[in-house]
Order: sequence, then structure tokens, then C-alpha cells
Amino acid sequence: MWTNKVFMKRTFLLIALVALLVAPMPASAQGKLNVMATTEDLASIGREIGGDRISIDAIARGYQDPHFVEAKPSFILKLQRADLLIVVGRELEIGWLPPLITQSRNGKIQPGAEGYLDASLQAQILEIPSGQITRAMGDVHPLGNPHYWLDPENGKRIAKQIADKLSQLHPNDRAFFQQQLAAFSKKLDEAEKRWLAAMAPYKGMKMVTYHRSFPNFADRFGLDIVGYVEPRPGIPPTPQHTLDLINEMKRQNVKLVLVEPYFDLKTPNAIGRETGAKVLVMPPSVGGVKEVTDYFKLFDYDINLLVNAIKSIGTN
Amino acid sequence: MRISRLFCASLVALGALAAPRTAAAQDNAQGVQAQIDQLKREFEALKQEYGDRLSALEARLAALPPGQNPPPAQTPAVATPTPNNPTPVATPEPAQTAAGQAGTAQVPPGAEGAGGPAGQLPVYGAAVAGSKVFNPDMAVIGDFLGAAGSNPVRPDPFSLSNHPSPLQMHESEASFQAVVDPYARADFFISFGEEGVDLEEGYMTLTSLPGGLLTRVGKMRAAFGKVNSLHNHVLPWADRPLVSTNLVGGEDGIDDAGFSVARLIPNPWLFLEATGQVFRGDSGPDESPLFRTARRSDVSYIGHLRGYQDITEDSNIDLGFSYARGHNTAGVIDGVDLGRFTTSLYGLDATFRWRPLRRSIYHSFIGRSEIIWSRREQFDALQRAMGFYVSGDYQFARRWFAGVRIDRSDRADNAVVHDNGQSIVLTYWPSEFSQVRGQYRRTVYAEGPEANELLFQFQFSIGAHGAHPF
Repeated sequence: MWTNKVFMKRTFLLIALVALLVAPMPASAQGKLNVMATTEDLASIGREIGGDRISIDAIARGYQDPHFVEAKPSFILKLQRADLLIVVGRELEIGWLPPLITQSRNGKIQPGAEGYLDASLQAQILEIPSGQITRAMGDVHPLGNPHYWLDPENGKRIAKQIADKLSQLHPNDRAFFQQQLAAFSKKLDEAEKRWLAAMAPYKGMKMVTYHRSFPNFADRFGLDIVGYVEPRPGIPPTPQHTLDLINEMKRQNVKLVLVEPYFDLKTPNAIGRETGAKVLVMPPSVGGVKEVTDYFKLFDYDINLLVNAIKSIGTN
Repeated sequence: MRISRLFCASLVALGALAAPRTAAAQDNAQGVQAQIDQLKREFEALKQEYGDRLSALEARLAALPPGQNPPPAQTPAVATPTPNNPTPVATPEPAQTAAGQAGTAQVPPGAEGAGGPAGQLPVYGAAVAGSKVFNPDMAVIGDFLGAAGSNPVRPDPFSLSNHPSPLQMHESEASFQAVVDPYARADFFISFGEEGVDLEEGYMTLTSLPGGLLTRVGKMRAAFGKVNSLHNHVLPWADRPLVSTNLVGGEDGIDDAGFSVARLIPNPWLFLEATGQVFRGDSGPDESPLFRTARRSDVSYIGHLRGYQDITEDSNIDLGFSYARGHNTAGVIDGVDLGRFTTSLYGLDATFRWRPLRRSIYHSFIGRSEIIWSRREQFDALQRAMGFYVSGDYQFARRWFAGVRIDRSDRADNAVVHDNGQSIVLTYWPSEFSQVRGQYRRTVYAEGPEANELLFQFQFSIGAHGAHPF
């Protein structure tokens, strides 16, 4: 009797296992490349290049801290169907992307595979640490600052990498992707001239940011970041550091504090009250605020915000 | 005579004609020589320049992690020496130059000559240093535990050991993780206790198998429920719930060598994953083993079905059903398994998570519960035990978490008695890499006495940045 029971149990398990193994896997959309990007910025550039030949989606939303994204199983489903995964790299996604990739069961997008694209490889990277680095410096990125997309020149480099990768994966559409790249680069060149002209009168403007999200932006548009609300990357503000920062801002007459949308405004507002500086919530990513729906609008919004703030400071 | 005169005249004429040509040829030869010399100099200069650039490039490539191309144009990094900018940043060039110089060394004075080397020698360590990029990501997580208060039933507040251990460097977990090849990755977690070393997990994951299978081979924590699969450092408490200790082997849990195969079940509604595992059949602590083998065929089986669904972009629900079966030690007499008894476990787990994306680093809530039923065959009778825990953890600031937990569990080998417990927990993260926790735990044991304890925990990690738990 007992043997029969065990036999039945094992037979049931075997049937269940076979049923699982033969269940069909989801097929990717015919003809279109299925692209996943880790951030909305990369997805926006990818959309410009891929046009209607690809479908593209992002994992992290523009209004959330890209360092701390939850590795939700729903992302595994998206990655499972991806032909191409575009990542920011420079260890921005180190806290959440590796387990998602491993569990995706998708050999195409594993690091080093044809469908894995690190968008930082051709970009201009700032703040690459030299010499000994330790965690005493906070959550430093040993491969450089990963917020490099906030420079339109890097936008073009990212776009070129995406166009080349899409051409490699879909050689039949190579001409289309290269044409899209040329159009995107031209449009970005024209926009960049406009943005540079708008910012030109404010070259050398001193400011403070919450996190080190804007070095490439500041470098391109001639801004001078003199300090950070965080005492170290990833470490919340401390009273002593805040006091030091206030004194430094007073000494250098800094009148702007830029805060990413996902950080608390309590400390920046206190700094603003003490120093008379204006606190701006400035999105570093597409989707950071409702109006910023693509890569061009990100710079339109940020530059418009900055120019208006600087003018109001001047007026005051 | 006429012939001689003619010959002489011809020679003179030839000489006269040849003289200016020889001078011109000499001028030409000097010019060519000068051009050759110039070309030589230019070539040498080019050779020197390209040699230098090649050396710098080789040094730069050697310094890069595998699979990465060098970024093309690196501009000088902004190195503002302010209190806010303590990280030393610089252009890559100085680092490259240093690396390039590290590639050769001068022959020591006095060692030259007599057929020995002269000038510069290659330093082979430079190439070896480049090969270090293939080393796995390494980290060590320290877990220091302490307890105050009284517990007459469990002298060791964190295990079934009878040795009173109010302060303990409970665990130092070393992890080594890397990609094996294009088809697999490997993860090792070695647990160093105060008295011994244990391979907590060591497995290879095949990431690219056809049919959407995720396969693991090695020693691993079984996919039974939630708590069993979690390492100590990602638990939201300093200890493990009573149901885990009484029914699922406690901290050791179901952690065994074997195979694991997981597959996503395609459906239009939710994330659904089925996992099947076969292990050798040895799990649980020596003081109270859960599964033990007496024969080669005494393998244990684990099955887990997980369903996950996003409710909104800020909240989600995670449900699971688990099954485990293996041989127990109830029938072992004088080292011989006469009873051939088995233990079967059934578990249900549910997790609700809430984390508003716009303030995800400041606020979150996780509610967890597991109910586990144990069916343990013994000589006297089949023991049908049950236990559960319910817990809630709320993050009320960027670095602060508060939680409560309610426990109840029968004993696996004597299901008529049960233990009850309640805990409140406060956790502080000075940074992502360290954590301080305090936990007040009240336990009413089946034997009668009540234990009131204050547990505290210090955790700290060094090395590679690991993935955040989900």
C-alpha cells in the first residue's frame, strides 16, 4: 500500500514536471527587436534610433533613484523576452540588475553576449577615481560617475552605439538605423547650440547639488559645482557637513541648490533658508517630472529651469 | 700614332664630359643621403612615439575589467579640493604612465655585463596584475550577535546549542561570485563561525539553457518558503522565527547538495515560477536534524511554486506554496535506520511590499507571513505539527526601520506542545554597508518558562557591492 502511495506521488510529480517542461515559452514579436533599457534616458535615445523597427521599454522610472531599484520578478518577465538590453553601466545598476539578468533565463542578454550593450563604453566619463579608494569615501563608483547621459555630446555617442548594435542585430535595417542616427545627431546638434547659447551668459555660475548627478551637465554648460548636500556619495546629510556647506556657500556666494526629484527637500530647504539660495528640483532623467517625456525635453526643461532661476536670483 | 692621339683625345673628351656629371652625381647622392637621414630621423621619432603610445595603450587595456573597451576621450576629471569632494579624481593619463613604467625595470647596478642582461628588464608581475581582472567579486559580511536577559530553555539565544553564548561573532560570510563562461555563473558563500567553517552555498547557475530553464548545481539553500532561502544578513530580524527553528531546521535549514531546476510558467496574468529540487537528503543542525540519509537513495525533494503580481507601481504581492520530503532520524537505533521514517513539510508564504517609487529610499513596508505544516513519521505516532509567523517592517526614514513579529510553532517531534513568541525590532543603517539592530524578544516555551531577551546585532560588509535583497 505504502509503495503504491509513493509510486503515485512520484508519477504525479513526473507528470507535473513534464507538463512544465513542454509548456510553450513566450515568443518575441515577429520582425521587431525587443529592447529593454535600464533607464528612461537610454530608452528615449533608443526610441529615436530604433523608430518603429523596435519595441523598447525601461526598467527604472525617471522619478526614482536609479541606484535603488527593486529587482521585481515582473522585470524578469520583460528581460526574458528581450533581444537587447542596454545598461548605463559604471556600476549604476550593480545593486539590482545582476540578479534580474541571471534569473531572466535569456542567454542573449547576459553580460558579454551579443544582446548586452553597456552604453558607457564610448561615453566621456568623469570622476574616475585614481589611487586607493575605500568605502570611507561613501558609495563611490570605481569606474567613474555613471550620470554621463546628462551631456548631449554623450547622448550622440550613446546613440551611435545603439545604432551600431541594432544594425548588428538586424543587418537588414542597417540603413534605417544609420539614417535615424544621422537625423538624431543633427537634431541634437541644433538643440545643443540653442542650449549652449541660453547658458552662455551664466558660465561659471556656482551651485550645489544634492548628489553627484550633474558633473557632465555642469562640464558641458560651464557651471561650477562647489559642493554637495550629501557628505559622501550615498550618505545622508549630517548636521556638521550641512553647517560646513552653508559656510562654504556663504563664503563663495552660492545661490543655487539642485535637488534630484527623489531626494528629501528638508535639508536643502534649510540650506536655502540659511544662505538665501534657491532650491531647484531638477530631474536628471527622462520621466523625472511629467513634462520631460524624451531626451530633448530633459535638457529643454532643465535649462529653462536653471535660466529662470538664475534670472530671478539676479532680479532679487 | 694617329690612333694613339685619337685615343688620348677621346679620353680627354670623355674626361671633360664626365667631370661635371660626377660632381652632379655626388651632389645628388649627398641630397639623397640627407633625405634618407631625415626620413630615418622621422621614422625613429615616429617609432618612438608609436612605441610609447602602444605601451600606454597596453597598460590601459591591462588595467581594464574584462569585456570592457576603453572609453575614447577621457577629459580631465573635476578635482575640486573642497570638503565636499574628498574622492581623489584625476585624468587617466598619469595612471597610464605609471602603469607603463611598471612594465619594465632597470638591471641593478653591478649586475650588467659578463653575458648578463643590460638596460631594462620586463616585469612579469605587470601581466599577472592584468589577469586579476578575472578574479571573482569578493566580499565578507560580518555578523556579531549579542543577547541580554534570561532564557532558561535555550542557553544559546540564536541556535539549539546548549552552550551559553551571550556574545558571539556569529558568522563571517565570505562570498565569491563570477561568470564562469558564456553559459554559466558561479556563486560561493563560505560561512566562518567562531569554531568552524561551513560551505553555506556553492553552486553553478546555468543561465542560457533552452526551454527557459534556470538550473543550479551544487550546495544551496532550498527554495522552501521565504526564510529558509535567505542568508542571515538579509533577514529583517537578529534571529529566525520559531517555526523555522522548530520545523525547518533553524538557521541551517534545508541547505544541501543537489540540483535545482526552475521554470517560468507562461500565462497572461502574473509571474509564475515552478522550482523542483533534488538533494542528497542531509539538512538541519546536528542537535536536531531535519533530514538525514541512511542509504544512497534517501534523497530529499523540494517543490516550490511562486506567484508574483504588481498591484500598483508602488506595491506588489508575492505568494508561494512549498513542499519538502526527506528521511528523518526518528527510526535510527544504534546507528541503523530501522524505521525508515520520513518527514514531509508543506508551506504557504505571502509577502506584501509597498515602496513609493518617488520616495523609495525613505519609506517602505514589507509584511510577511509563512505557515508551515510538518508530518513527521516516528515510532510512536505520526506527528502533525504546525507553525507560523507574521511580521511587518516599516522604513520610517532613510536609515531607520521598525518591525514587529508574532511567532507560534508546535514542536516537530512532539506536536502537542508549542512555543509562542513576540518581537519588536529597530534597525539603523549607518550606510549601505553596515547595520545596527536591536530586538526585544519574548518567548513562552512549551516547558513553561518565559524568556525575555534583548538581542542586538552588528553587521558590516567589505568588498564588492552585492545586490540588494528583494
